[in-house]
Amino acid sequence: MMEALAVLFISAGLFFFFTATVGLLRLPDFYSRMHAMGKADTMGLLLTLTGLALYQMGEGLSWSKAFVAFKILLIAVFWFLGGPTATHALLRSAFEGGKMPWTKDGQAVLDWPRQEER
Amino acid sequence: MEGFLVGTGLVLGGFVVAGFYRIAFGPTIYDRILAVNLIGIMTVVFLVLMGLIYRRVEMFVDIALMYSLLAFIGTLIFAKYFSKRGVE
Repeated sequence: MMEALAVLFISAGLFFFFTATVGLLRLPDFYSRMHAMGKADTMGLLLTLTGLALYQMGEGLSWSKAFVAFKILLIAVFWFLGGPTATHALLRSAFEGGKMPWTKDGQAVLDWPRQEER
Repeated sequence: MEGFLVGTGLVLGGFVVAGFYRIAFGPTIYDRILAVNLIGIMTVVFLVLMGLIYRRVEMFVDIALMYSLLAFIGTLIFAKYFSKRGVE
């Protein structure tokens, strides 16, 4: 029963990795690709690691196995804390580098840096 | 169940190879950093998968934890460095 649950979780996690990869390839602009990559950060990793932790737990409940399963989930918790920080840092440096988000009609999304500040 | 884990690894390998396209042709440097970050996350999953397949889970889980720490720091350093140099 635990293995069937693990298979379910891992395939769900794989689906999110798939959407992140497709988003990385097809989306037009850096910012939208970062949006797609966020899915792999959070849902993809969380589901896959919970599936692996469930598989590692196995049928019985032994403390050594539960401890390792907890460490597997700790990786997902770390990525929940670290992912947004890294994404924010990347976003700031890209935006300050003067990279405007993509728009269909080509006008800039906002006038930056605003003339009066210059 | 072993086959399923190996199959998951192969599918993830396919995603990594697809990510290489963005690394090779990414218009700006930030797309490349993004693709490296995505491949880093898949590597974390790869490591835990290998741990389960080779029955040495403790070792590989620690390696995966260390790798995710380093990948996170690496992304921060990239962001810091390229914000100074600007986007060419």
